[in-house]
Amino acid sequence: MNVALVFDRLFLLPFLNGLALAVLLALLGCYIRLREEWLAALGLAQAAAAGVVLGGMFLEPVLLVALVAALLAAATKALVGRTGNDAYAVMILFGWSVALLAAANSVHGDDLSRALVQGQLYFTGVPHLEGLGVLLLLAVAILPWISRRLLLGRFFPDTFRANGLGTPHHDLVFDLLVAVTLAFAATAIGVFAAFALVFVPPWIAFRFAPGWKKTLVGSVAVAVACYMVAFAAAIALDQPFGPVLVAVLLVASLARLLRRHH
Amino acid sequence: MSDALLEVRDLVAGYREPVVGPLSFSVRAGEIVGLTGPNGAGKSTILRAIIGSVRVFSGSIVRRPGTRVMVQPQRPFRLPEMPITGHELLHLTHAKDRDAPAALQPLLDPRVDRLSGGQFQLLQVWAALGSPCDLVYLDEPTNNMDPGTVEVLGDLLLAWREERGVLVVTHEHEFLDRVATTIVEVGA
Repeated sequence: MNVALVFDRLFLLPFLNGLALAVLLALLGCYIRLREEWLAALGLAQAAAAGVVLGGMFLEPVLLVALVAALLAAATKALVGRTGNDAYAVMILFGWSVALLAAANSVHGDDLSRALVQGQLYFTGVPHLEGLGVLLLLAVAILPWISRRLLLGRFFPDTFRANGLGTPHHDLVFDLLVAVTLAFAATAIGVFAAFALVFVPPWIAFRFAPGWKKTLVGSVAVAVACYMVAFAAAIALDQPFGPVLVAVLLVASLARLLRRHH
Repeated sequence: MSDALLEVRDLVAGYREPVVGPLSFSVRAGEIVGLTGPNGAGKSTILRAIIGSVRVFSGSIVRRPGTRVMVQPQRPFRLPEMPITGHELLHLTHAKDRDAPAALQPLLDPRVDRLSGGQFQLLQVWAALGSPCDLVYLDEPTNNMDPGTVEVLGDLLLAWREERGVLVVTHEHEFLDRVATTIVEVGA
């Protein structure tokens, strides 16, 4: 075990990238859970992963191809509409199949697909930091506007249509924000770690928080705390980051047992 | 056009085939118009046609330009774990919690998943009714309510009817007899 490595300047940039992702995914995860679309998050992350491996095949910048793949998946989701989990399950299986087939038929595919399973946070750099910085600013700017509309769309779903607003823009904006964030996340921390940050912190916060604002704060707090523990543990114990983060989040989720659901 | 907020003329609506109509009625400010009839008569289909989510085969639906609408759904959305308080629900529609009737005040602080089905339904109706809109559509608002809560709902509608027009879809004749200014029988 090498605890001193945790504080090495070498890991500062990856630490900040992961921190930004923890905040963004936990925040967006609350709205994804409210929309009952958490399976879509896994579908989008898997699509981004397929894009990464395909990008590796054709020597494109992998982050760019991951973004394009996630946006295509988001567009497909918008086209099929709210058809429930069936469409998202197909998206997951399609992404997984494409990713592994592409990996089997390319020089670097195996390395890339392993990185997407285990997470390669320690190799992320300035491009991720710049992209995530823009995403954080965007989220801070639009969430106050979009939050009320997303909630209104769930509790009073016909109100937009009844007022002549056929396809509300906020749905599209939110889907794009989620798709782009998941593309960054899949390339930085791996598919399942990204999915775990979308799913687990809101799952815990929904059980305990007394209101919506505290749900958002609680979800981010859980994600950041688990991320910091996982970041330090993975370096100190020389373990792959993605599985360590998922394990820490799962341990944290045991907190749900502390309070019975009413 | 008349001074109606909503004017429905000879409306025939349905899905692949027409299932209801022709039907005509209007809703003005201060009116509570009830659409009633037996199960399967097409009451909710009429409402969906007005909202724009089912097919209109003939007739016309005209909403006065600038009219703001709130729609309370027949099946309220509530996850098994729903960390949103009554206050937050009212803020979504800009309904003022300080104006909420006394019967609703105890429902504002808890999370909505801690309320009974009838209490949550009442809160949703108030969120629609207390919002700064001109026209409210209520789809089976008495669902999940015990007789006491239905009484409170009736009081709410009557107290706030001058503020806006209300279109209520329900199979509860007794409730409509108490609150409605006009009753339209569907499938009669």
